[in-house]
Amino acid sequence: MGNANVTADAPGPGQTPQRYDVVRRQREFANTVTLALKPHAGVRPTFTPGQFNMLYAFGVGEAAVSVSGDPADANTFIHTIRDVGAVSGALARLAVGASVGVRGPFGRGWPMQAAIGTDVLIIAGGLGLAPLRPAILDIFAHRRRYGRVSILFGCRHPKEMLFCRELRRWSRRVNVDVQVTVDHADIGWHAHVGVVPTLIARVALDTRATTVFVCGPEVMMRFSINALQDRGLPARRIYLSMERNMKCAIGLCGHCQFASAFVCKDGPVMCYEKIADMLAVPEI
Amino acid sequence: METLEHILAAHPFCSGLAPERLRLLYGCARNCRFDAGQCLHRACEGADKFFLIRHGRVALEIAEPGGTPFMFATLEEGEIVFAGEPMSPCSWLFDARAIEPTQAISIDTACLRGKCERDYRLGYEMMSRFLPILAKRLHAARLQLLDVYGKR
Ligand SMILES: Cc1cc2nc3c(=O)[nH]c(=O)nc-3n(C[C@H](O)[C@H](O)[C@H](O)COP(=O)(O)OP(=O)(O)OC[C@H]3O[C@@H](n4cnc5c(N)ncnc54)[C@H](O)[C@@H]3O)c2cc1C
Ligand code: FES
Repeated sequence: MGNANVTADAPGPGQTPQRYDVVRRQREFANTVTLALKPHAGVRPTFTPGQFNMLYAFGVGEAAVSVSGDPADANTFIHTIRDVGAVSGALARLAVGASVGVRGPFGRGWPMQAAIGTDVLIIAGGLGLAPLRPAILDIFAHRRRYGRVSILFGCRHPKEMLFCRELRRWSRRVNVDVQVTVDHADIGWHAHVGVVPTLIARVALDTRATTVFVCGPEVMMRFSINALQDRGLPARRIYLSMERNMKCAIGLCGHCQFASAFVCKDGPVMCYEKIADMLAVPEI
Repeated sequence: METLEHILAAHPFCSGLAPERLRLLYGCARNCRFDAGQCLHRACEGADKFFLIRHGRVALEIAEPGGTPFMFATLEEGEIVFAGEPMSPCSWLFDARAIEPTQAISIDTACLRGKCERDYRLGYEMMSRFLPILAKRLHAARLQLLDVYGKR
């Protein structure tokens, strides 16, 4: 599944950024935008939900950014970017018509095959919904392959609700349970208030046949895992998307090392059973 | 017909409670309902009852004097609305407001406290039900305080 078709001694799309143009730009909320990128020449490579690209803001630098678009849309790469520093800021400011360098896609994505025939529980915190969106769209495109599908999403405030129109649309589907929560709200808000793990206690869960995809800040993922384990979910059924600082993205530089694994090629999606011990070590 | 005793027994807070203890709790219980927007209680009022929610949704809010209320939690079916110390006299620190039509069972805390003082096993039973809820809410409040979702 998912690893980019690249080796260390064969220069290719994995090492040389390809030129893409920004064809759409959508402001999600303060400091977060979604860009649609179209290859300047040729077609975009296929990707697995959960994979990421290295986006190069010319003259500034590269950053790892998950693909947040529909795997079935063969024309563009969609990326959702939060401006947190020099590179992400330069990317987030790109206007329609600007060019950007793209290497990828890289990494192992969500276990779409392993989840077939099971219920799927998706837990996203903040920008963590971006790498989960391709998985959600893929599940919707092949809805019959899966049992019950639940999506739990949490963010700081209703004003920071990523993909809010889509969340509303998904929640109207009869065969999906969508629950949204915010850390705090003003009185006009009529849905949940509280952190995402509090939703886990409320969702219908068959602990023998559910695959869980979790993505969000690491602390939020840890609290979510506790809540899942309180409900009896085995570690082997929980998958997390890990983030580490990336440089090469092809397993060469060691920047993304996570104990004996490299997040860029062994992840970013990892099974909790395999990394539970590492997650508990503060130095890792 | 569904009696209050049956309704109480079906609430998750009472799950596994021995029938004689359930009867004691029932003696302090009343059915209540709130329209959307109606307050279950207000900050600084004496916390002379707590509520087991049957249906609906309740928001917990704090407001600065003259400021807009800040909603920091919602509670739903199967959950419980109580002040920090359900087993000793205290005041509510926040407002609780129904944001949907809400049905609940209110439990008179003075009545229950008296029974717990006479029957320590009932007291132990109540504390062992309240404590895990308190611990979970403390963990959730800490995670909320960490404000983990990235830069403002
Ligand atoms: C697999 C993967 C997928 C990602 N997907 C997305 C995405 O879809 N959208 C998005 O906006 N960002 C995503 N990121 C994070 C993104 O790569 C970083 O925000 C970016 O590298 C920051 O670079 P900068 O120069 O803008 O900020 P810097 O100046 O380098 O750092 C600004 C702040 O961000 C922190 N930071 C830097 N790099 C990372 C990192 N890799 N992970 C967590 N915090 C970091 C720094 O500690 C600092 O606090 C992803 C990262 C990885 C590893
Ligand atoms: S980013 Fe270089 S080894 Fe992973």
